[in-house]
Amino acid sequence: MPTDASEELSKKLREISVAEFFEKNRHLLGFDNPAKAILTVVKEAVDNSLDACEQARILPEIRIVIKEARKNFRILDTSGAEIAQLVLEDGNAELRLGDNIIKPIEKKEGKNEIIYLFSYENLNYKFKIIKKENEELYEFVRGKTELKILKLPQDRYKIIVEDNGPGIVKEHVPRVFGKLLYGSKFAGGMQSRGQQGIGISASLLYAQLTTGKPAKIYSRTSPSKPTYYCEIRIDTTKNEPIILDEKFIKDGFRDHGVTIELEIEGKMISGSHSVDEYIYQTTISNPYATIIYEKPDSTKLIFKRTVEELPPLPKPIKPHPHGVELGVFERMLKLTDSRTISGFLTNEFSRIGSGTADQLCKLANIKPNTKPKELNHIQIERLWKIMQTFNFMKPPTDCLSPIGEENFISGLKRKYKADFYAATTREPFVYRGNPFQIEVCMAYGGSLPQNESAKILRFANRVPLIYQASSCAITKAIQKIDWKHYGIDMQNNLPFGPIVIAVHMASVWIPYTSESKEAIDPYPVILKEIKLALQDCARKIQRYIAGKRRREEASQRIGLFEKYIPEVAHSIAYLSEEDEKKIKESLEKMLKKSDILKNIQEESD
Amino acid sequence: MSIEVLKKLGKKLINDIQKNENPSLDVPIRTLSNITYDPKTKLIKLGNKTAKRYLFNVAHIKKFVQTIETAAISKELIEVNKHLNLREVYYKMRRTIPDTNINIVDEQEETNKAIEDLELITGLSREQLHFNADRNGFAAGNIIIKDRGHIIDWSKMGSGGWAIPSNVEEIEFKKVDAKFIIYIEKAATWERLNEDRVWEKLNCVIICSKGQATRGIRRLLQRLNLEHNLPVYVLVDLDPWGIYIYSVLKFGSISLAHISESLTIPGAKYLGLTPDDVEKYGLKRHIEKYKDVDLKRLEEVSNYEWFKHDKRWQLFFSKMRELKGKVEIAALTERGISFISDSYLVEKIKNKDWIE
Repeated sequence: MPTDASEELSKKLREISVAEFFEKNRHLLGFDNPAKAILTVVKEAVDNSLDACEQARILPEIRIVIKEARKNFRILDTSGAEIAQLVLEDGNAELRLGDNIIKPIEKKEGKNEIIYLFSYENLNYKFKIIKKENEELYEFVRGKTELKILKLPQDRYKIIVEDNGPGIVKEHVPRVFGKLLYGSKFAGGMQSRGQQGIGISASLLYAQLTTGKPAKIYSRTSPSKPTYYCEIRIDTTKNEPIILDEKFIKDGFRDHGVTIELEIEGKMISGSHSVDEYIYQTTISNPYATIIYEKPDSTKLIFKRTVEELPPLPKPIKPHPHGVELGVFERMLKLTDSRTISGFLTNEFSRIGSGTADQLCKLANIKPNTKPKELNHIQIERLWKIMQTFNFMKPPTDCLSPIGEENFISGLKRKYKADFYAATTREPFVYRGNPFQIEVCMAYGGSLPQNESAKILRFANRVPLIYQASSCAITKAIQKIDWKHYGIDMQNNLPFGPIVIAVHMASVWIPYTSESKEAIDPYPVILKEIKLALQDCARKIQRYIAGKRRREEASQRIGLFEKYIPEVAHSIAYLSEEDEKKIKESLEKMLKKSDILKNIQEESD
Repeated sequence: MSIEVLKKLGKKLINDIQKNENPSLDVPIRTLSNITYDPKTKLIKLGNKTAKRYLFNVAHIKKFVQTIETAAISKELIEVNKHLNLREVYYKMRRTIPDTNINIVDEQEETNKAIEDLELITGLSREQLHFNADRNGFAAGNIIIKDRGHIIDWSKMGSGGWAIPSNVEEIEFKKVDAKFIIYIEKAATWERLNEDRVWEKLNCVIICSKGQATRGIRRLLQRLNLEHNLPVYVLVDLDPWGIYIYSVLKFGSISLAHISESLTIPGAKYLGLTPDDVEKYGLKRHIEKYKDVDLKRLEEVSNYEWFKHDKRWQLFFSKMRELKGKVEIAALTERGISFISDSYLVEKIKNKDWIE
């Protein structure tokens, strides 16, 4: 029997909402630091947009905008001491002198410049922004003295993600974005990018925690309807959305789609963990998506789709009996509408027909017409154990949506200019009752860097995996291969040289190592499948490298032959008493003909 | 006509080019694998295996160029009626292709081989192609010859003997009194025999070529053997290399198997030291232990087709193996300065103590 104290504790625990829990454990969702947070927000929003478009059978066009939300400046006098701070936000300037916040008395906007005038204790201050092509210059004048103005590193960003998806009806908008663990995907059974329905709400929560600003959402479901606009916050104790403002907007929005605008504390970085890298990789795994990316420095990158056809919509499937965990199985028994255990098994699982269901019941010594809710814990466990060892048919694989060899190559070409591309899509396989499929695409040579480690790109259900490379099944599989065997150099256990290796795992349920979905758990079956796919694709690269080497050798040979020709021509001319020049020309002509070259190669091999 | 053969070779290459085929030469293979021994004629013969040598082939081009260049040089020599020594041919071909670091030839061995190949390709001898080898043999004895208009008496050549040219085709034998020829491997032994005037005492000719007999000497020996019925005795050291000198004279060589007929003396007799002589003359303490190369060569030589089925020679080889070392003919000096001239040769020839 539980004590009074433990009962009290469990009551308290139940009162902590999911939202509150994640507020305290935000690293679990990928918000460990400002740099990673900005990536996570972009990623969650883009993943949702792509999923929505695909499910509505719309070729996605997604616009991502990252803007500096607030600019901070320090004003220094000639001795270098700070005399004031200046904040610029949404076109409004604020001068901070000690504890005093001073608003401008006048704002003058010119063609390429903006001037703010301040006045405080009989002194005039002038702040001037000069706009140049790719940068802004700042001037600050106190009275008649020009002072030094320093721009502080950016700490707040506005992130806007806009899609041309089906839009979300007004009634659902607040809950989709403002309630954790809410969403259509949570029902499961279909391959999609999001799995738990927490990502985007967690982003809202993060914005709320770091800047206090609400999320702004625009949604339109059809051209005949107005755009619904709302600003929402999350009530963290209740895990419920709070609508701060809502209205319908008539014009100025695309025919259908969703736009989400969040302001967060973040840091833009460059390199392998950057937002840029995530976007590049997203263009690779989604060649049918057009992606427009506007960076904080206002550069605009447009990635036009290279494939004009959406991948087939994966079919939802019921769980396979081998994949189900005992706890989940128990919960399913409690929630089912089926009236008999036999009906429950056939309705809730794939690959169980009524005959198999009766057989399972018989083996578990349970009457097939028992009501599911009447099973006791011992019976449940017995039935579950029998299900785990029973030889079922493998799960159907039409629930998977691989990128496809051709499209994967077309995707990789969007970013990497190489001499040769190859791809391999394996047949679907099963781990713990879950079907999955591995694909590998490689690029070799061309403008890829010669003296760097191979570029490794990891994808799970078309989502680029940016962090936690070393604990990921993909990295581990790559390390297990002897790349030298395929004519590829190695350094520190990894392939080295002008090669890009992209690996994609498609599955209804990807086993991530953590909730932030950064790495694939290295199950032995998954590792093995990845390895086989890598080896198959590497063989294609190997053939290319061997061919390339042969071609290089051939051209060296031709060089050698060319040098000898004048000598040979002279001797033959003397022997045959024919024209030396003619012989020389004929020999040179012979060298240029490709069929001769081919014979030459065969003869010397 | 040699010149026509060479021109035809050039036309063949032109023909290849016109047919858009990789220009090639058919070179008979000169290795043991393409050698047959004919027990009837007792001659080593070249088989009919040939190898194609292509111009446009990285592995062949260098040799191809060397071969056709020697052909061109030969044609020029015949046209102006001059001869070039092998060394001179090497210098004529030794150059670097402009703007490259490619040499047409790096060593004389390459031009020598190219000329041998050219002989095989054209069926013409080195002499017909106007190439000469170094002379490195000398003769003394009761023979008078005519060479380029001069009468030369081999018995009046003093201590040096008559130097044998590489081409002996034009030599005329004016007076042949000698009854046989002793071919000697080592110059030192020849000098001993010359000082002892053995050729006078035994009425013979003594000829030396410092090791393996050159072509000119082989031809000279063959001509004397054929034209004047002089038997040829071969005086060599007791080691596999000495046996092979005898073997080349008698059966022919692997690299010149294509002209065996014009060089070999099937009746040549081995007059060198035998394992039994080592016992007989008490030379045991002069046995010089075989090195690995010696043993390897002994096995090779004893396995040649022309020795393999000869019981007498097989017994000889097995006795050589038992000796575990080689013995030089000069070891006989121990028995007396002129022991070889006064006793060894006299006894051997008198007792017909040779091997055929």
